[in-house]
Amino acid sequence: MLLRNPKRELDLRAPKNVGQLLRDLDVVPESVLVIRNDTLVTHDERLHDDDVVEIRPVMSGGAQ
Amino acid sequence: MKCRRCGDAAVIDLRRHNAGFCRECFLRHCREQVRRAVDEHDMIGPGERVLVAVSGGKDSLGLWHLLRELDYDADGLYVGLGIAEYSDESAEYARAFATRHDLKLVEIDLPGEYGFDIPEGSRAAKRAPCSACGLSKRHLFNDAALTHGYDVLATGHNLDDEAAVLFGNVMRWETEYLGRQHPVLAAAPGFVRKVKPLIRISEREMAAYCVLTGIDYIVEECPMAVGNRHLGYKELLNQLEERSPGSKAAFVTHFLERAQPRFVGEATEAREELRPCASCGAPTPGDRRADAAEPGMAQRGSHIVCAFCRMRARAVGTPIPVQVTP
Repeated sequence: MLLRNPKRELDLRAPKNVGQLLRDLDVVPESVLVIRNDTLVTHDERLHDDDVVEIRPVMSGGAQ
Repeated sequence: MKCRRCGDAAVIDLRRHNAGFCRECFLRHCREQVRRAVDEHDMIGPGERVLVAVSGGKDSLGLWHLLRELDYDADGLYVGLGIAEYSDESAEYARAFATRHDLKLVEIDLPGEYGFDIPEGSRAAKRAPCSACGLSKRHLFNDAALTHGYDVLATGHNLDDEAAVLFGNVMRWETEYLGRQHPVLAAAPGFVRKVKPLIRISEREMAAYCVLTGIDYIVEECPMAVGNRHLGYKELLNQLEERSPGSKAAFVTHFLERAQPRFVGEATEAREELRPCASCGAPTPGDRRADAAEPGMAQRGSHIVCAFCRMRARAVGTPIPVQVTP
């Protein structure tokens, strides 16, 4: 599994779905997109052990 | 999860809308949100030329794409800020987008044309990097839009940006800023009209828009913004959103409907007091007299010089050229 910002790779057993994965990693769902094998996936999507998943932060911006 | 509109498999779930959308319906949803924002706030009139400030990030490139999809006459503006490799890389994303879609990109290079970069400006003016950057961008965007004859300057501020800025302004009760916080800032002498067509779209939606339309954007955060207050507010608001979906949208839209008009007077008053900068001509608050500590300023004590020109003079270390009017 690939996580961006800070970039790191984790090899872990797939939790039952995307929502569970984010809870396990303590990631606020509103702050990321989850991309599996180049496709966006919803939080109820089932995950498999051989999936490559990117958790991409969506926050950006300095003070205005 | 199924798409709320067509029943196909959803690719994104939007909790604040309590809905999932498939690719096509989601892209349509984004276009509708921009159309609605533009119409609701009279952002862009028929036949007007729009300049979109692009950074190479998801919001600004997505905005440019959306405005073209909606048939607006929109060119791009990229400002090179001299933030080392980050600026080089973000410029490449902006240029690649323009080339791929055969669009016009106006480019300005802060170090090349003004002799300093953001880290230098920040140090010289004793401002936080994001403050020096915001000041430079506001100045250069406005100047470029006026110089190149555009009617409107559009920026990629999204719902999360507006919610975070609003949160910060409320925390300190910045009443003048609250009066100015609106999706449209009308044109005035020396100011082009400024609009924020993404006010109804969250940054997660904008990131999804880019992924789904194949827009390649710079994902990494600006190295100078890491840990800034604005990002901290965004994190807080996302935690709130998690507990109570729709909070960010309600915060911003209800502010605009119910509270913002109460602060307009103060903002208008401040705008009426602006006077032209003696160096560049841009409108600037009249209370900032030249300061003897700034290079070349002692003998120009009676002239008003804008914050951008003062920062430039300090960073470059040379006197500010002043246009002396009889």
